[in-house]
Amino acid sequence: MMFDAAPNSLPPRPGVGYKAKHFNDIMANAGPVGWLEIHAENYMGMGGRPLAQLRHLSGKFPFSVHGVGLSIGGEGRLDADHLVRLKTLCDWLNPASFSEHLAWSSHDNAFLNDLLPLPYTAKTVLRVADHIDQVQSSLGRQMLLENPSSYLEFAESDMSETNFLAEIAARTGCGLLLDVNNVFVSATNLGYSPQGYIDAYPLEHVGEIHLGGHDEDADETGAPLLIDSHGAEVVDPVWALLDYTLAKSGPKPLLIEWDTDVPAWSVLVEETKRADAALRVLA
Amino acid sequence: MITTQTEFRAALLDPTRAAPAGVRNPGGAQATKRFDVYRNNVAAGLTDALETAFPVVDKLVGNEFFRAMAGLYLRAHPPHNPLLMYYGADMPAFLTAFEPAQTVPYLPDVARVELALRHSYHAADATPIAPDSLAALAPDTLPHVTFGFAPSVFVIPSAYPLHSIWWANTHGGDIAKTAQPVLITRPEFDPAVDALTPPQADVMIQLMAGIPLGKALKHGGAGFDLGPLLGLLLSRNALISLKT
Repeated sequence: MMFDAAPNSLPPRPGVGYKAKHFNDIMANAGPVGWLEIHAENYMGMGGRPLAQLRHLSGKFPFSVHGVGLSIGGEGRLDADHLVRLKTLCDWLNPASFSEHLAWSSHDNAFLNDLLPLPYTAKTVLRVADHIDQVQSSLGRQMLLENPSSYLEFAESDMSETNFLAEIAARTGCGLLLDVNNVFVSATNLGYSPQGYIDAYPLEHVGEIHLGGHDEDADETGAPLLIDSHGAEVVDPVWALLDYTLAKSGPKPLLIEWDTDVPAWSVLVEETKRADAALRVLA
Repeated sequence: MITTQTEFRAALLDPTRAAPAGVRNPGGAQATKRFDVYRNNVAAGLTDALETAFPVVDKLVGNEFFRAMAGLYLRAHPPHNPLLMYYGADMPAFLTAFEPAQTVPYLPDVARVELALRHSYHAADATPIAPDSLAALAPDTLPHVTFGFAPSVFVIPSAYPLHSIWWANTHGGDIAKTAQPVLITRPEFDPAVDALTPPQADVMIQLMAGIPLGKALKHGGAGFDLGPLLGLLLSRNALISLKT
């Protein structure tokens, strides 16, 4: 089912993942930050400070609502209660964009709090597309689907991730959230070229780009194993991959994600300045 | 070779199981350490969530003990939805039954305080009644008054000096000798934690159940003075309606 409501409308500028501790800094001086992203699940309480802060900030900034718990890649049905929570939040905040992950996190009445991988097959295309149809019709919005960080492969997979994403976008009319750190992490871990991934990726559907940090480890054979952490600066090869991508895609909304060991606002501003510079060279 | 999510999930939560046979390293060998990345993410993520939820329980038992206990808890009681700010509802019952924690018998009550603090923080906003609205009532109507409480208000009954235990571990100070139930309110955005006497807690539980004031006061025993409790509730913006 093609979804034909208005596409997301984030500005092609730097944004940051919003953290409550930065509220006063942002209200005082947002630097080049043009929009904010929240994790939907942190704002599903009934009131208090989290929603009060959003009320203040939403008058100043466009928002992106980024879900981390819908389990779109799950074998089971989507959690109807959770879809209602997402709709309540989106109807209230009226964000410029809603996005979720190509991953699963719930199974058998347990939420596992991680973005777990799925095989890429004709069968999983149908399942994910069905779930996205359901999300878009429930929310009355187009959604963006984010590529995961991968650590392993499934024996049963018979499609590339880029073909899988292109097929999903074509079937559902959803947009895509391209996480270039995830591309770099997955390409390093699984031994392919990150530039080759970008070359094969359907860039015409990209509504937002994520940038974040990762940790470095090795597997039992000594092969590099990068782990998505959102707890550090974006590394130079990921900035280079961003430049490579933007040269092909044109300007896009760029998000700095930093979710663990959240630094001082000034550190995030430095990252957004670098993102801003990457956008300015295109102008 | 198909890997089901049932198989994947079972191996995630049970470190003694092998990784699913259908997950591979690049090149095709069975994945082991790469599967452990997901295992670690799940266990560490939920353990961190419990640590955030129960900082005083953590302090009372020590972090090494807490993280080991959290590992058992998260396998027995994984979250049932993605709202991790409410994760841990089964912790008081888990602690009551958890043999190695029996030396600290007030732990379940401390866990109840910490759960209530999070529910209070995220509770719906509500407008308090004017402080003089009670004084405006005719004296003969007072026994029939029922109160509406803000959704951020909680009472934690306890046979232990619960308030001073919580306070000593968050702000410092001595532990009281007598039972101290806890009242949680949210004057604006930050929950407040106050001590109640056991009779005050008994009266509060009646009032919160919608029992009229005259009948509720009987649970406070002979000579119960409503003044201090009422003053506290008004100063904490805990009352949002009164009906006669």
